[in-house]
Amino acid sequence: MEIFVSIIIGALTMCAVYMILSKSLLRIIIGTSLFSHAAHLLVLTMSGLKTGAAPVLVDGVTDYTDPLPQALVLTAIVISFGVTAFFLVLAYRTYQELNTDNMEEMKGTESND
Amino acid sequence: MSVLHLAILLPLLAAPFIPFLFRAVKRIHTGWFVLVVPTLLFAYFFRFISVTSDGGVVTETVRWMPSLGINFTAYVDGLGLLFALLITGIGALVVLYSIYYLNKDKESLGHFYVYLLLFMGAMLGVVLSDNMVVMYMFWELTSISSFLLIGYWYEKERSRYGAQKSMLITVFGGLSMLGGIVILESMVGSFSIREMVANQAVIVDSPFFVPAMILILLGAFTKSAQFPFHIWLPDAMEAPTPVSAYLHSATMVKAGLYLVARMSPVFQESSLWLWIIVSFGTFTLFWGSFNAVKQTDLKGILAYSTVSQLGLIMSLLGLGAAALHYDGIDDNVFMVATIAAIFHLINHATFKGSLFMMVGIVDHETGTRDVRKLGGLMTVMPITFTIAVIGSLSMAGLPPFNGFLSKEMFLKATTKVFSADFFALDTIGLLIPVVAFIASVFTFVYSLLIFTRTFMGKAKFDQLPKQPHEAPIGMLIPPAILAVLVVVLGFVPNLLSNTLIRPAVESIYPTLVEGGQAVEVDLYFWHGITPELLMTIGIVALGTILFFTINKWMGIYNRIPYRLTLNGMYDGSLVWSNKAAYRFKDNYMTGFIRSYLIYIFVFMSGMLLISMWWYDMFNFSFGEMATVTPYEYVLGAVVVLSAFAILFMRSRLPAIILLGVVGYGVALFFVFFEAPDLALTQLVIETVSVALFLLVFYHMPEISKKESRMRFKIGNAIVSVLVGVTVMLLSFMTLSNKSASSISEYYKENVYDLAAGKNMVNVVLVDFRGFDTLFEIIVLAVAGLGIYTMIKFRTTVQRTKGEDGHEAKK
Repeated sequence: MEIFVSIIIGALTMCAVYMILSKSLLRIIIGTSLFSHAAHLLVLTMSGLKTGAAPVLVDGVTDYTDPLPQALVLTAIVISFGVTAFFLVLAYRTYQELNTDNMEEMKGTESND
Repeated sequence: MSVLHLAILLPLLAAPFIPFLFRAVKRIHTGWFVLVVPTLLFAYFFRFISVTSDGGVVTETVRWMPSLGINFTAYVDGLGLLFALLITGIGALVVLYSIYYLNKDKESLGHFYVYLLLFMGAMLGVVLSDNMVVMYMFWELTSISSFLLIGYWYEKERSRYGAQKSMLITVFGGLSMLGGIVILESMVGSFSIREMVANQAVIVDSPFFVPAMILILLGAFTKSAQFPFHIWLPDAMEAPTPVSAYLHSATMVKAGLYLVARMSPVFQESSLWLWIIVSFGTFTLFWGSFNAVKQTDLKGILAYSTVSQLGLIMSLLGLGAAALHYDGIDDNVFMVATIAAIFHLINHATFKGSLFMMVGIVDHETGTRDVRKLGGLMTVMPITFTIAVIGSLSMAGLPPFNGFLSKEMFLKATTKVFSADFFALDTIGLLIPVVAFIASVFTFVYSLLIFTRTFMGKAKFDQLPKQPHEAPIGMLIPPAILAVLVVVLGFVPNLLSNTLIRPAVESIYPTLVEGGQAVEVDLYFWHGITPELLMTIGIVALGTILFFTINKWMGIYNRIPYRLTLNGMYDGSLVWSNKAAYRFKDNYMTGFIRSYLIYIFVFMSGMLLISMWWYDMFNFSFGEMATVTPYEYVLGAVVVLSAFAILFMRSRLPAIILLGVVGYGVALFFVFFEAPDLALTQLVIETVSVALFLLVFYHMPEISKKESRMRFKIGNAIVSVLVGVTVMLLSFMTLSNKSASSISEYYKENVYDLAAGKNMVNVVLVDFRGFDTLFEIIVLAVAGLGIYTMIKFRTTVQRTKGEDGHEAKK
């Protein structure tokens, strides 16, 4: 299972990096979203998968999955949402101001940097 | 903190008050206040002569960084005291001179005297510190104050050029020296110079002996302007003349000589030490005197002459090392070399100081230092002329001045190579007296040029910027004192023998002194018809011939093209390094965010892969793994295929929907992974995200089709595959290397007892790691504020065609 998920993580990262490196602002934001998915899965996988029951105390159950990575990932999900929302609005405003979503056109010239 | 420490730091402590005094008391020249410092210090250090002349030393320690072995140990012995007296004595005269040289209404004296005091304190620190790190600190401080003083008239381009040049060269040397110090410390285990001298045998046997020696010598050679590092000194002449007299002839440039003398007990047993110093010193002696003749600026002549004289003293210090290997017990002839070095060092300070001040007077009263414009000043400036003649003839090595005595000793020391039978001194060493002879001839020529060109010949007063007249008395006193010293030391040199010279020489030969050899210093004029006297007569004869035929042979100086001179190479390397830096920068600072992201990704992957390889982490050994159900296979395939499909989407709606599919797929994975909280959160967030994407995309253009260039795509693909594979390997690695047990047990055990909750993830978030959540909320709040600001507040000016921008403000 862990190996299988690792391969998925690798594939997601690959797609994310490819999207981030493109010129269109929209594709870059999609890339960051994919990147965070890959990162979340990676943190969970590192602690081992399906090692016990869901981490909610139940009488008679002694094996639980690791709660700590889950707590970390929960925080990360929310923060990545905040960042994505911020990016999106930034892209939207940038497009309104500059009339382009192409990163190459946004780069200033030597004279105005 | 002893009185001795306070004395060393007094100039530094006094410096901050100078600008305030300059502002507050306009009527009195600030120099008068400053003059108190060196005068007091000179009187203070003068009392130490009685201690050191009996071979005594004074040591005071202030613990500074004892754990690093760095303590401010002030150490006064013969050598250090000699320099301290030079620094404070010449310093007092220079400050007195500067009071008349610098106009109190036109110059920013506040700056000038702060720099000067900074230098004085730093220089005292160099010569009186026993700890090499402390000495290095003061050493660099002298470089910095020298930089500031050369650039004192910073509005002049040549001043800035000279300041930068001296800084680059001397700091290069200083850093090399620091390297040498660290190597020496690693051998001996202490930064103390006395410890190093005591453990000299350990250092000599070390394999790092030669690198340490060369690094230390680099520091000494750059500071003392030895060939090929001498090029900064002529350009340093842009400094005000009092500074040139003080830093660039009498004291700072002698710090290198001090270092060589101080480190001699450590290194001088090696033949390499002797040969490096003697050959660089002798060549510098020749090259400086040879180039001095062609200079037209009076200060230029003095600068090259200083270079040459520093080379002379340097080679004497080198020859002095031979004393350790000389067998004759009763009259150690090579000890003469070191005695001559110390004696000449004092003499040089007197005659060169007076000459620099003389040139300053000429410059001040006529408005030029160009010997082609000057001439015939003898009648209007008789006192200055007298000073010039005394200084020049002493420099030329003529009796009855002190320069004659030390020059004779120098020639004697060089001829002694005939009687040495070690280090190949009796074969290849024969070049030493020959080069010394030739250099002395040129020295004789330029010494004559200094006063004949300036004061004799036809008067051309109408071509001068100012009508010349004799300088004010205050300006004449300091050089006159030095000129009197030149004569007095010429007639009664033994004033110095037992008070200053012998203690200094004894600190250079600690082993010989312990071995019972007495250092006997007896200086007198008439030694009979000796080889050195004959050499002097030859120098005078040949020098006179060259002096009168100077116009016939001046042409040889134009033979070397500028590009091949050291200055040309220095300038060329500066321009080249500037260009190269720009080209390098332009190559990687492209301004495209894609380039920077690629650097980050490649670097990250590279570091991870290299460290995994380094620690041999590729031997994956997976333990017990969870099983994969068929549903999970299907789900995984869906997630991966959707992710890949996004890459090829040309329109925006399918791309967003596919992104949603990936997100929901990950949420389902969370369900399989027994993480209900995550799954719930992910589902909510994904829904909101997709809605937000759709909302924003509605206003955005179609995904552009400009990215179809193949090279661009392939480059991106390579980087992304690299990162993807790295992350996958990282995941494998963490799975197969579990070196520590999980810290989660604590939470599992205490979740109910301590926090009274059953959902561990929730308890961890709001209780055990509550601050994490707090900051998470802050991040969200900041993002929200940012979004709100971007949408609500639009202060940018929206321009449309033909409309005035200010009216279109939203």
